[in-house]
Amino acid sequence: MTKTIRYIDAISSVLRQELERDDDVFILGEDVSYGGPFGATAGLSASFGPTRVIDTPISEGAVMGLAVGAALSGRRPIVEVMFADFVTLAMDQLVNHAAKIRYMTDGQLSVPMTIRVQGGVGGGFGAQHSQSLEAWFLHVPGLKVVAPSSVKDAAGLLVAAIRDDDPVVYLEHRGLYWTKGLGASDETPTPIGTAAVVRSGSDVTVVAVSRMVGVAVSAAEKLAEDDIDVEVLDLRSVAPIDWATIDESVRRTRRLVVVHEAVVTGGLGAELVAGVHATAFEALISPAVRVGAPSTPVPASPFLECLYAPDTDDVIAAVLETLHER
Amino acid sequence: MLPDLEPEALVVLLERMIVARRFEEELIELAGDRDIGHFHVYIGQESTGIPALSLLEQGDLSFTNHRNHGHLIARGAEPGPMYAEILGRATGYCRGKGGTLHLASAEHGFPTTSSVTSGCIPLAVGAGLGLQRLGSDRVSVCLVGDGALEEGAWHESANIAAMERLPVVFLCENNSLEALGQRAGEYPSSTMAASDLTELASVFGIESVAIDGLDTRAAHQTMTEAVHRARSGGGPTFIEARTVRWPGNRPIWPELATGKTDLSMAWDASLIRPEHAIWHREQDGLLGFVRELLDSGCVTSDAALGLDKRATERVREGLAFALDSPYPEPEEALEHVFAPRGD
Repeated sequence: MTKTIRYIDAISSVLRQELERDDDVFILGEDVSYGGPFGATAGLSASFGPTRVIDTPISEGAVMGLAVGAALSGRRPIVEVMFADFVTLAMDQLVNHAAKIRYMTDGQLSVPMTIRVQGGVGGGFGAQHSQSLEAWFLHVPGLKVVAPSSVKDAAGLLVAAIRDDDPVVYLEHRGLYWTKGLGASDETPTPIGTAAVVRSGSDVTVVAVSRMVGVAVSAAEKLAEDDIDVEVLDLRSVAPIDWATIDESVRRTRRLVVVHEAVVTGGLGAELVAGVHATAFEALISPAVRVGAPSTPVPASPFLECLYAPDTDDVIAAVLETLHER
Repeated sequence: MLPDLEPEALVVLLERMIVARRFEEELIELAGDRDIGHFHVYIGQESTGIPALSLLEQGDLSFTNHRNHGHLIARGAEPGPMYAEILGRATGYCRGKGGTLHLASAEHGFPTTSSVTSGCIPLAVGAGLGLQRLGSDRVSVCLVGDGALEEGAWHESANIAAMERLPVVFLCENNSLEALGQRAGEYPSSTMAASDLTELASVFGIESVAIDGLDTRAAHQTMTEAVHRARSGGGPTFIEARTVRWPGNRPIWPELATGKTDLSMAWDASLIRPEHAIWHREQDGLLGFVRELLDSGCVTSDAALGLDKRATERVREGLAFALDSPYPEPEEALEHVFAPRGD
């Protein structure tokens, strides 16, 4: 049975489902018993009690490490990082411990944990509450990274993350929390490492991630009015990247645009373009174009914030750039 | 004083202390012959860690740090696979992917070793949380030096361990100062403003105690009490063992400054030379333990030498095993980044 629900409700409903399904699953984070800042964990404490939904002190580093230790003792923790920016306080435990213990022990132990990270622009939260840091995590071997753009994948990727035996960073965009879509009553996993073709097209491939998928689809719809046929891929999984799906699409369209909200410099887009160059360079008939934020911190002013994040016009301009004769 | 144990159990402790000592003496010698990379040694702290950790049981978890060799030996790890791991061989506990800084053996209760100074603290507290919520009576032991208390992870984790009354024992082996420094009033360390390290735990309401790291009885007894408290739901304990920094324990590259240990010095003071006489007379916990065992009649000097001979042979056999072992296959470097995909 399916019904229309919000992205944030999909997250809540999966958390509830997995807490019910597996006694080893538990949640820890700041203010999670109250639902966290946007309500993703609302009501769970009442149902599962303080031993399964644990409010922690404002100690991001220790909490991340606690989750790693609990995972090593046989449990499946879900850590909530209130704002993506605060993950900087926990990077030692995430990067030096969670990501590496399986490797360093030659597979004696795994670290099955999910790190829910809320981020992105929107609401004028300013430079320390708005970042998109997926490229940081992509750079660390041993971490899986997913970024759902749809309600269906918000549910499916969270199920997959919680049931995965490795640490999975699950990136939630707060600008998507209140978007609606069809959600299933019994959530099933979306395989990690698979991109989705959300719009088929033949002229240009646009690979987008998280909130930018919707922006890319809007751009594609406008371009369709001018008979430009854009294929939009939702990357869904930042690590590992679904190279096969991207490769297949680019070989058909022979043009590539990558879109993310994070700054362009050193970003996910650079990795995507380099990867395509390595395997399908001969198929491209124009240079790939990256769309992302400028290399500045996120401005607080709502007016400037809107200019900062890529929008439909930016994607349209990038697509047209790939179509220009050279 | 000697731990309150049967003579046979005391002999087991002595044997492990000798193995730990000979293990690292051989390693330092090997490093003089060939480049085996960097490692830290536990020499001088055996009188704390061996009696404290030997009493842990199957299923108890311990999270240690860069100075971990003695900790693993205390819980029954074998010299051969330990050397092999340190030397990067395929027969090591982690098939060479952990090395000395990340020695881990799940079967001996060491899920991982963190070499980020305070890195093991949140891990140990998290394991305590996991064990508590599983309804287990197993405990999590956090092994750190004094330096780890200088990082924020200590304060964050201690707070949570105390609030949740987690089954965690923090054993802090303070080796920050040479004996001279302690006498000069530099305690507890030259880089810590607190006047007493136990206060960094007691401020959170954690049961805290400081012991002399050379006192095997104190190490065994306080650890017994702490483990009992943890097993019975009484929450965490912080033990600061004030150890003496071994003169050969230079900051980066250890050297056999006091020579290879001669157990005969325990009963024949004429063998002690002026250089490092204080170490051999008063500060070497292994020699001190042998003296106490002799005084109590638990062992004879001949028996001690016999134990030493067997322990040394065992260690040398382990080293030979490691040196004869192959390196891992190149493709192994790409394995175990992620768990195998389950269906």
